[in-house]
Amino acid sequence: MSFSVLIVTFFTWMILTSFTDVKELIVGFFVSLVVSIILKRFYGIRFDFKFPVRIIKFIFIYLPVFIWQMLKANFDVAVRVLNPSLPLNPGFVKIKTNLKKDAAKLALANSITLTPGTLTLDIEDDELIIHWIDVKTLDEKEKKEKIAGVFERILKGVYE
Amino acid sequence: MITIGYILIGIGAFFYFLGGLGIFRMPDVYNRLQAGTKATTLGSFSVILGVGLVNLEFLPKALIIIAFIALTNPVGSSVLARAAYLKGIKPTDKTKVDEYKGGGNK
Repeated sequence: MSFSVLIVTFFTWMILTSFTDVKELIVGFFVSLVVSIILKRFYGIRFDFKFPVRIIKFIFIYLPVFIWQMLKANFDVAVRVLNPSLPLNPGFVKIKTNLKKDAAKLALANSITLTPGTLTLDIEDDELIIHWIDVKTLDEKEKKEKIAGVFERILKGVYE
Repeated sequence: MITIGYILIGIGAFFYFLGGLGIFRMPDVYNRLQAGTKATTLGSFSVILGVGLVNLEFLPKALIIIAFIALTNPVGSSVLARAAYLKGIKPTDKTKVDEYKGGGNK
């Protein structure tokens, strides 16, 4: 079993149920045990000396940027939907990322999906395929900067 | 606190409405997914956060639920869009460029 997954799962269970009820805690422990045994082959969280730094970076640098971008995305799409002429200029574009780890790529893809008018379709090695609701440019560098720029720089600091 | 909570729930309901309207108005699967994902994420986040603020005991749980939605919602919509593309569903005629080229290398 994977000990780190056990801790995280059990802690999540405690927040969702209760910290004091013994019955809940026993059931939660067994559920987390099963989950951590199943996940052993796929996933482990490394707790090393950099871990607190990464958590702090994630919460104080990544989250504010992410929330701001998400709000902008929502208003952008809301304005498009409410506009009578339905301004759309969609297309599928490909961008290259220089993130290496799978977890980092997942975070990048998720962030892209939740930002203005972009939806990740697929990841092939280091290329992300993105459906862009308003294709502004086809230049390799510019489109990457517009879609993923900020997030990629921050996530590189958080995960690598 | 309670007032802010109810205001957030109201905003959330409005964004849910926009999500529904977007699904109704957009021309193809991919744009519908865009409207469905974006508008409903802010909708559900603010409804859940609003419930957490109205009933403060529920706040930690609300935050955990928001984290799970933020993790799963984008993955779900990506997989739906990819499946639709690989199945061969044509994007709208307005589509300007297609660099995916029928599914890439796989």
